Amino acid sequence: MTAFGYRLPAMSSLLIWAALWEVVGQLGLTFFIPPLSEVMVTLFGLVQTPVFLNALGVTAYAFWAGVFFSVVIGIPVGILMGKSRLLDELLLPWVNIFLSAPLTALVPVLMVLFGFGTKTVIITTTLFAIWIIILNARAGVKQINRSLVEMARSFGASPMDAFFKIYFWAALPEILGGVRIGVIRAVKGVIIGQLLISIVGFGALFETYSGNFLMAEFWAVLIVLFGLAFTLSEFLAYLERKVAYYAAAR
Amino acid sequence: MSQINTDLRSAVMPAVDSAVSVRNVSKTYGDVQALKNMSLEFPRGELTSLLGPSGCGKTTLLKIIAGLLKPDSGSIEVEGKTVTEPGPDRSFVFQDFALLPWASVMRNVAFGLELRGVAKSEREAIAEKYIREVGLAGFEAKFQHQLSGGMRQRVGLARALSVNAQVLLLDEPFSAVDEQTRRKFQEDLLALVQNEKKTFIFVTHSIEEAVYVSDQIAILLPRPSRVSEIIRPSSFRGKGVDNIRRDPEYLDIVDQIWASLRSYVE
Repeated sequence: MTAFGYRLPAMSSLLIWAALWEVVGQLGLTFFIPPLSEVMVTLFGLVQTPVFLNALGVTAYAFWAGVFFSVVIGIPVGILMGKSRLLDELLLPWVNIFLSAPLTALVPVLMVLFGFGTKTVIITTTLFAIWIIILNARAGVKQINRSLVEMARSFGASPMDAFFKIYFWAALPEILGGVRIGVIRAVKGVIIGQLLISIVGFGALFETYSGNFLMAEFWAVLIVLFGLAFTLSEFLAYLERKVAYYAAAR
Repeated sequence: MSQINTDLRSAVMPAVDSAVSVRNVSKTYGDVQALKNMSLEFPRGELTSLLGPSGCGKTTLLKIIAGLLKPDSGSIEVEGKTVTEPGPDRSFVFQDFALLPWASVMRNVAFGLELRGVAKSEREAIAEKYIREVGLAGFEAKFQHQLSGGMRQRVGLARALSVNAQVLLLDEPFSAVDEQTRRKFQEDLLALVQNEKKTFIFVTHSIEEAVYVSDQIAILLPRPSRVSEIIRPSSFRGKGVDNIRRDPEYLDIVDQIWASLRSYVE
């Protein structure tokens, strides 16, 4: 973006919002919004505490486990759905239902089934992330150039060869897009899971801070979370751009 | 002009040295009959064109020979063996090139060998040779989006050659490249047929192209799909690539084919 003839660096709009936040905070209009400077000071103090580091560890573990299962199950299922008409007919309605379902409502049921521990949080995270990953992998395979498949067959490709050397790579741009959105949904999933179980990780921190009106701490954790999610999402977007050169030419 | 009617041909030359034989092949899509009881011989070491208006089943026949499609009845023999699926004795050149856009020219050319489990160093040495042969030396590390249409098809051709199949199946290979590139391709193809001593089966809808490159032209007609005649140009093949297009026999055959196809073109 350019303003008054100067090229502005990316995300410079954030500076305006940060300034506005500071002004509103300093005016003391509401306890809900402490000044940004105070939040940042709290943030740097907070991130060194064992409580925070412990919460980060627990959350990161559940998050990565959830993302791992979503990716490892979601991508092959999506590719197979794209390849097989039968599997597609069988699974697509369920994928669509779960994609738009209010999964938060399911968490209490999961708690009954899987207990109040990390296992339930991981499953919640997976349920948030996996459906969009499946749908995108499926869409990637659906648009595959038929003659690439025929080419592989004509040169004697086994089904495994076709899967790993053709389908996966041809669908990779869509798969990465799905993983990026899935990861963002997984952040929501892990926090909602922890909030509803409310005894572990960042969810427990949010519960404690908001319950005791410690808004500076609350915002500090939220900013850390946003920062981590944003970095991850940007990294995946970078990977997507790496394969964009062939996305248009398939 | 030596031209042999289909019925006559099977009576007069039953013992022709065929690399590929098509025997009574029929294929139906839904209620559309793509091929009906078709029989055709492809002499070893020669280039045979399948020429006809759209809907005459020429690409269907080629894909059946490739083993990519199954005939409803009839059989295909390659070097005396009945084929039902793709095999190492045949390789295919695709109309839209069918290159892996995420792989370099080198990997694309070596891809057929890669699927056959040939070791990397060995398959790259072979690919190297054919990349040079099709005139792409220096482009080994390039990707599809960095190549022109003509260069892409050269990659497709090199890939088909590098697996050393005895029969090359070409599905309108030059229809997606520009006219000048196409002419160059046709000249190169003639040299290739001479040097490689392989059997080429070439699908095209261009009459001039078919007559220019073929040792034998099978004219296919639609509704019902059948081989209407087989033409073997005789006099201009040895005269050099520059003289073919003004040879009287070349011009006569082009006219004659157009006369027989004209009524089938909407």
